[in-house]
Amino acid sequence: MRIAGKGLIDRSQKVSFSFDGTSYQGFAGDTVASALLANDITLMGRSFKYHRPRGVLSAGSEEPNALITTGQGGGRAPNVRATVQEIYGGLVTRSQNAWPSLGFDVMAMNDLGAPFLGAGFYYKTFMWPKQFWEAVYEPVIRKAAGLGALSGKNNEDTYEKAYAFCDLLVIGGGPAGLMAAWAAAQAGADVILADEDALIGGRLNAETHAVEGMPGATWAAQMAAQLGEMENVRIMTRTTVTGAYDGGMFGALERVNQHNDRRGGAAPLESFWRIHARQSILAAGALERPVAFQNNDRPGIMTAGAVRAYLNRWGVSAGKQVTVFGNNDDAHQTARDLHAAGVHVAALIDSRHDAVVEGADFPVYRGAQVCNATGRKALESITLRSAHGEQAIQTDCLAMSGGWNPSVHLTCHMNGRPRWNADVQAFVPTPGAVPGMHVAGACNGVFSTHGCLQAGVVAAKTAMAALGKRATSVQVPQAEDAPYRLTPLWAVPGKGRAWLDFQNDVSVKDVKQAAVESFRSVEHMKRYTTQGMATDQGKSSNVIALAVLADATGRGIPETGTTTFRPPYVPVSIAAMGAGAQGKGFAPERLTTSHARSKAMNAPMIEAGLWYRPSYFPKAAETHWRHSCDREVGYVRKAVGICDVSTLGKIDIQGPDAARLLDFVYTNVFSTLKIGRVRYGLMLREDGHVMDDGTCARLGDQHYVMTTTTAAAGVVMRHLEWVTQALHPEWRVRFASVTEHWAQFAVAGPKSRDLLNEVLGAPLDNEHWPFMACGAVEVAGVAGRLFRISFSGEHAYEVAVPARYGAALFDLLLAKAEALGGGAYGMEALNVLRIEKGFITHGEIDGRVTAFDIGMQRTVSDKKDCIGKTMSQRPGLMDAERPQLVGLRPVETAQELSGGAHLYDQGAEAIRTNIQGYVTSVAYSPTLGHMIAQAFVARGAARMGEVIRFVDAVRGLEAEVEICAPVFVDPEGERVRG
Amino acid sequence: MVELEQKLPCAGLLPLSIGKVTLEEVDLGQLCSLSPFGDASLLGAALEQHHGMALPQPGRMTGKAGARCIWFGRETWLLAGPVAYADLAQSAAVVDQSDGWASVALRGPGAVDVLARLVPVDLRESTFKRGHSARTMVQHMTASITRTGAQSFLILVFRSMAGTLVHDLKCAMEAVASRR
Repeated sequence: MRIAGKGLIDRSQKVSFSFDGTSYQGFAGDTVASALLANDITLMGRSFKYHRPRGVLSAGSEEPNALITTGQGGGRAPNVRATVQEIYGGLVTRSQNAWPSLGFDVMAMNDLGAPFLGAGFYYKTFMWPKQFWEAVYEPVIRKAAGLGALSGKNNEDTYEKAYAFCDLLVIGGGPAGLMAAWAAAQAGADVILADEDALIGGRLNAETHAVEGMPGATWAAQMAAQLGEMENVRIMTRTTVTGAYDGGMFGALERVNQHNDRRGGAAPLESFWRIHARQSILAAGALERPVAFQNNDRPGIMTAGAVRAYLNRWGVSAGKQVTVFGNNDDAHQTARDLHAAGVHVAALIDSRHDAVVEGADFPVYRGAQVCNATGRKALESITLRSAHGEQAIQTDCLAMSGGWNPSVHLTCHMNGRPRWNADVQAFVPTPGAVPGMHVAGACNGVFSTHGCLQAGVVAAKTAMAALGKRATSVQVPQAEDAPYRLTPLWAVPGKGRAWLDFQNDVSVKDVKQAAVESFRSVEHMKRYTTQGMATDQGKSSNVIALAVLADATGRGIPETGTTTFRPPYVPVSIAAMGAGAQGKGFAPERLTTSHARSKAMNAPMIEAGLWYRPSYFPKAAETHWRHSCDREVGYVRKAVGICDVSTLGKIDIQGPDAARLLDFVYTNVFSTLKIGRVRYGLMLREDGHVMDDGTCARLGDQHYVMTTTTAAAGVVMRHLEWVTQALHPEWRVRFASVTEHWAQFAVAGPKSRDLLNEVLGAPLDNEHWPFMACGAVEVAGVAGRLFRISFSGEHAYEVAVPARYGAALFDLLLAKAEALGGGAYGMEALNVLRIEKGFITHGEIDGRVTAFDIGMQRTVSDKKDCIGKTMSQRPGLMDAERPQLVGLRPVETAQELSGGAHLYDQGAEAIRTNIQGYVTSVAYSPTLGHMIAQAFVARGAARMGEVIRFVDAVRGLEAEVEICAPVFVDPEGERVRG
Repeated sequence: MVELEQKLPCAGLLPLSIGKVTLEEVDLGQLCSLSPFGDASLLGAALEQHHGMALPQPGRMTGKAGARCIWFGRETWLLAGPVAYADLAQSAAVVDQSDGWASVALRGPGAVDVLARLVPVDLRESTFKRGHSARTMVQHMTASITRTGAQSFLILVFRSMAGTLVHDLKCAMEAVASRR
């Protein structure tokens, strides 16, 4: 029911939205909850387990009941709190966990079975037969119980992540937070004031209290406006600080466009902030706790503070005949505010005999309690119990208050445990629980407006002192300063179920049952009953539940202790935390200078690390990649092929100790390498296994260029950093990655020299440029480098130019190659060529093999030490029984082979214990006309010519293969020197 | 003799102007990494003598437009602009990096907000002043970021990642523009 003249909503702006298919009207400034209440809709959801009808309990982010699903299609969001979601034109919302409808929910029959479904029911019932849990029980239970569901579609909405930095983060924009921000801003600190509400002011917007002689909401708006104009203040509304982390880091979720219909495009729906603050002030306020009594979950029963908020903030009366029930003076304000607004107050019930009620023009019952409620889908009456017996009071709304719980949540995020404060009968933060965080106002157990304003100033002063800033004197405004008077009342004794955790359907009985079954520790009780384990983390229920547990176990609340809270304070969508990682944001793309040309030639790309490299270059008539690959292999074997090899790691190494470093990291010797020559090198990890291989060129006396494999470039850089920083910091040697500076192309094949002689400034010949020569050259007028190295076994070179010329040189080399009957070759052909020649890649050196295994033990020099040498000599690492690198050829030449297959002796069963080895690489060799493979086979080197069994259980392949030397083409190495 | 055409890393991708922020490619000229063998003071003296600028402290840049020296990581500096004087090689490894980096300038009110979407370090003007430089991340990429003015930043990432750099900055520029 809307009340004329009340509220901070904009009545000039009507807003239409829908709930469960029906259109409703509200005003700008309404939440879904306030607008539904204004339309007299109190039934907003069904409970998790028993599917009991539920209405809204609160007016804030702690809401356990009124969870709705917003949006449609991929943008559908479940478990949105109706108390937080602001309405906008076209907003579509639905209730959850009800079928076929919210009003008639078939699963509500669970409620009838409640005597059997209490705490521990699942653990006791669904134990046998064992395999039924995953197959039957869990799916059925999950379907019956639960909250909203995701759409299962890809979410196209835009999300964002961002960083912010400040001297002081003020969490909460109520009276304490506003004064803290104001005082800190005056002192010149860089301040961020974050509040989860759209409107700054906290409880001031929900109360009728005056501040400095004006309505509290007006004062808050003025303060926010003044702060907003200051250069050093940043106000973040709709921003919930979700977690406190090490080093002054905070997580915060901003609902950027959740309150309007901007979807798609660049505007983010939500932004997940990581805020670094040198100091912080927690001014998060307090949350009102309900009282447990039979049927205290009926729609229409809510907290007294929420009823006031709906009245004063949104101009909505939550009922036509409202009853107020509390154990403290603060609840009286609800009755007074309602009465003043012309709402019929059926009764004010105070559980205290000695309660002093001022200005009461409505029936007041002292020393009385509400012990039951009727009305399944909407509250109809409550039962009042007093010394005079029980009586029913007709009412459609009950405003209840069991007192207030300070919002200590963030102070628990770094293992802080709140302590019990008997004066306010609540847990308050332990000072210093989060380094650099000061706690002010209601979240510290200070409940008067004046007390909060003052606490904000004090906290700011402490924070400024810690920042080394002088706090200027700030006047604390006039405001009410009523004492907080309360007598504890947790649960009203009686039959039936009195609810504690509304979201997880935990009742007083469940907690008592836990105690009976010896789950007496608060942590055990929590897990046995699931108290506080729903999406609201038990914000409204934890303290009452442990009070009930304390009572059941005969201990006090301080001895019982409390469970604590973890981040996030409110649910955070995974989309917000993963923002920026969708689509192209997932990982950077590294593109070579020849990329555009390769794409233009329709080459499919494969990813190597972050690099994109062409697989093959299809020609019009080719229908299978193998056609292209075989053709490209032919270029290199018969004419000349061009391949972009820029992605290989290139590390420039200089200094008087450069040679010493290389001797130390490579197994073989590089100090003896002549200037202008290249050598192949193998690198071991410290544990003696092979790390990487590649070539290293000596360009000058103290100048080398090391190449690494594409995938290991970063690993090798890190290794060199480790060696030079940690093992030999005294060496005068420095290195830098030049991978990106040089575009480098392999020119491979019998006609490679002919081709290069057309583009180089000076012609090459075998005498001056023998195999493994290197040096500076002029490439089409540009200073470049040439290396006579080969990964195919053919006469080949690699030519490098600064990357700005890369695209042009690739085009030029291609044109020349095509004129000579060759062309571009991709990764597939490169792989075939190297397998034919018996060269290895990380398919073979996968981190588990030693130099011995790959037949390269001879490269481990016995003249010097190197990293990994000693460890490689451990027993077992050079054992002849170990799998050794061999080649395989099929006995039947038409036979297909596959990578990953396992090898067995002939006649042996294909089981794990009989495995003789495994296949690492396979290729169809167009040169030989059949498939070939590289494999590791136990005692492989001694088994040449033996026929063994090849089984690929995954692909269903079986064959006989002959073990052979891994070099299939030109084993004498004649061609490479041609 | 054929002449090889030159291509800058961001060719065809920039400039961009979104909201009040602009992004354009910068040709810094010659880039050389300077890594001293041991004591950096010899390199500092040589740099002072031949290029007229001091070796900057970590996190700083010296020089002026056209001839800058940017701290570039542990005991490494990037000389941007002039061709490194041969004497520098006496005391440091001098490595040509001219083609290894994509260099862009992000300018305009809100440039700092754009970077706040991608860069995890504090770039507020009060703490990251003109001439301050950081080796940090732009989203997933390692980068060098230097403040060159009240509202302008110089950003360097690997050349091969130019496309991703432009993509990420464009998304952030659009997100910032959407809030105005």
